Amino acid sequence: MSATTETSPQGSGATDTGRTGPLVPKAPKKRSRARGASIASSVTMIVIGLAFLVPLLWVVLASFDTEASLSVAWPDTWSLGNFSAIWNAETTFRPLLNSLILCGGATVVTMVTAILCAYPMSRFRFKAKRPLLLTIIFSTGLPITAIMIPVYSLFVQVNLIDSMFGAILFLGASSLPYAIFLTKGFMDGVPIEIEESAWTEGAGVFRALWSVVIPLMRSGLAVATIFTFVSMWGNFFVPFMLLLSPENLPAAVTLYTFSSQYGQVAYGQLAAFSIFYSLPVVALYLFLGRTLGKGFAAAGGVKG
Amino acid sequence: MTTTAPPAPAQDAPAPRRRHSKLGDRLTLSRALPMVPAAFLLVGFMLGPILYSLYLAFTDSAIRGDGAEDTSFVGFDNFIDAFTDADFWNSVALTLVFTVISAVIGQNVMGMMLALLMERANRVISFLVTSLVIAAWILPEVVAGYLLYTFFSGEGSLNTILTSIGLPAQDMLFTAPILAVSFANIWRGTAFSMLVYSAALSSVPGDVYESAALDGAGPVRRFRSVTLPLMRPAIATNLMLTTLQTLSVFGLIFIMTGGGPARQSQTLPLYMYEQAFSYGQLGYGTAVALLLLLIGAVASLVYLRLLPEEDKR
Repeated sequence: MSATTETSPQGSGATDTGRTGPLVPKAPKKRSRARGASIASSVTMIVIGLAFLVPLLWVVLASFDTEASLSVAWPDTWSLGNFSAIWNAETTFRPLLNSLILCGGATVVTMVTAILCAYPMSRFRFKAKRPLLLTIIFSTGLPITAIMIPVYSLFVQVNLIDSMFGAILFLGASSLPYAIFLTKGFMDGVPIEIEESAWTEGAGVFRALWSVVIPLMRSGLAVATIFTFVSMWGNFFVPFMLLLSPENLPAAVTLYTFSSQYGQVAYGQLAAFSIFYSLPVVALYLFLGRTLGKGFAAAGGVKG
Repeated sequence: MTTTAPPAPAQDAPAPRRRHSKLGDRLTLSRALPMVPAAFLLVGFMLGPILYSLYLAFTDSAIRGDGAEDTSFVGFDNFIDAFTDADFWNSVALTLVFTVISAVIGQNVMGMMLALLMERANRVISFLVTSLVIAAWILPEVVAGYLLYTFFSGEGSLNTILTSIGLPAQDMLFTAPILAVSFANIWRGTAFSMLVYSAALSSVPGDVYESAALDGAGPVRRFRSVTLPLMRPAIATNLMLTTLQTLSVFGLIFIMTGGGPARQSQTLPLYMYEQAFSYGQLGYGTAVALLLLLIGAVASLVYLRLLPEEDKR
């Protein structure tokens, strides 16, 4: 496989322009060394890529193979049998709808409150600003897993266990620190001068936010919203602890119970369901392209 | 708000403008109003449970049995129980092994390697490989757990590959489950480090390398004395974030091994879950959760020391 993807070394060197960086190749020796490094890097990358590919390949191939086993294998006969077997409300549509209600609702809760909270933090001066910001950054690192027992215990006492509403509020709150941090960062990039004229015309906080600031940070908000939604969509522990009755369970939890439900595990169907369940986040990621990754990386503290 | 002293008559700015500049950009009560919903959510659903856990950890609260009817204060009993339980120490050790192998070494080194390779390798190959790495990262946790369970299992893909090239088959899920879940976490988490490091690398100015190369520094030397020092803040924050994430990994291990066989992959979150829900000991489980938080806090402090002085502020 690797032989087909490399450029053969007989080329005149026109293929590697711009890749060797600032080192201007003066001697042919240097140029060939740079190309050697490029080929070695490509080969290493292909090897790493294959390791990442195999498990992904399994889920795709197994979903089209009604005889799927645990190992990656080319299907003897390609079939949509697995998809049609799970093509019903009970197995697929209700869990996915629950996921959508849970994560969609929580994303709305998170983003609306985050935007509202970020605005004063971005625009106005106050003494507690720095400690407040540091607290928010600190709480983005708080492992939610570690507070799930007290949350469960509290939810039992206030009768919010197995309530979709309660789960939405908690999931929304748990993503809030990161969303505030991201949103405030994007909001800081919107110049304040434009709003100042809105203020002088008597626009209040909400008016200035809605008609001036939000339209100017639409792409940043898209990144923050999709990031919030994607991380909620994949969350297993929170709905696993807070929701109980089968008609409330989102896809993350029903996928876990998939194997026990049917006794003998139908791996093809499990793969097909995994694909249905993963499709929304993959689609959202493709929609955003690499900006999602950049948003993450920026928030990941490159700036410290 | 409007009862302040009359403005100086000499100013010729229009009245609304003056009103604004008098208020300045200070936060007033009405301007702070939009922060209320977020404050409500954070206090109610984050701070509340945290404070409650400080109480719960010192009680015998339980789902059934003695602590269920009337919960009573037990002092440090839960912590003493934990420190004298061999299973607890087993979980602590496994958590450290899992975190060091998969986050500190695996994700960081792999992420750094991919970020460096991305700059040199063929563009198309880089794009395809990084897309695969990112795909592994955005998949839901449960899906990732099943994918890697099938990969490592006895009849799984790994053995198909190993036997086809003449190597002996493995059964890592039974012989070394902690290694299997660690590799799984590397597979799942590398993309984050890769993105952080590739962003950090692209902000290193090119002329620094140029002058280092002119001084005769080879690639390894350039990496050690130019790249690494410049990336120290990124490395420290990335180590901290991946460590905190990895310490609290639950779903991936729960799906792949359930903590077994015989507790051989039962990290602290799984031990905590087992104690709190399988055995119903909510108070004890909360004490374990607090100890998990303590480990995270200690790790964070260590990484903060790695930050260069000027970045600590």
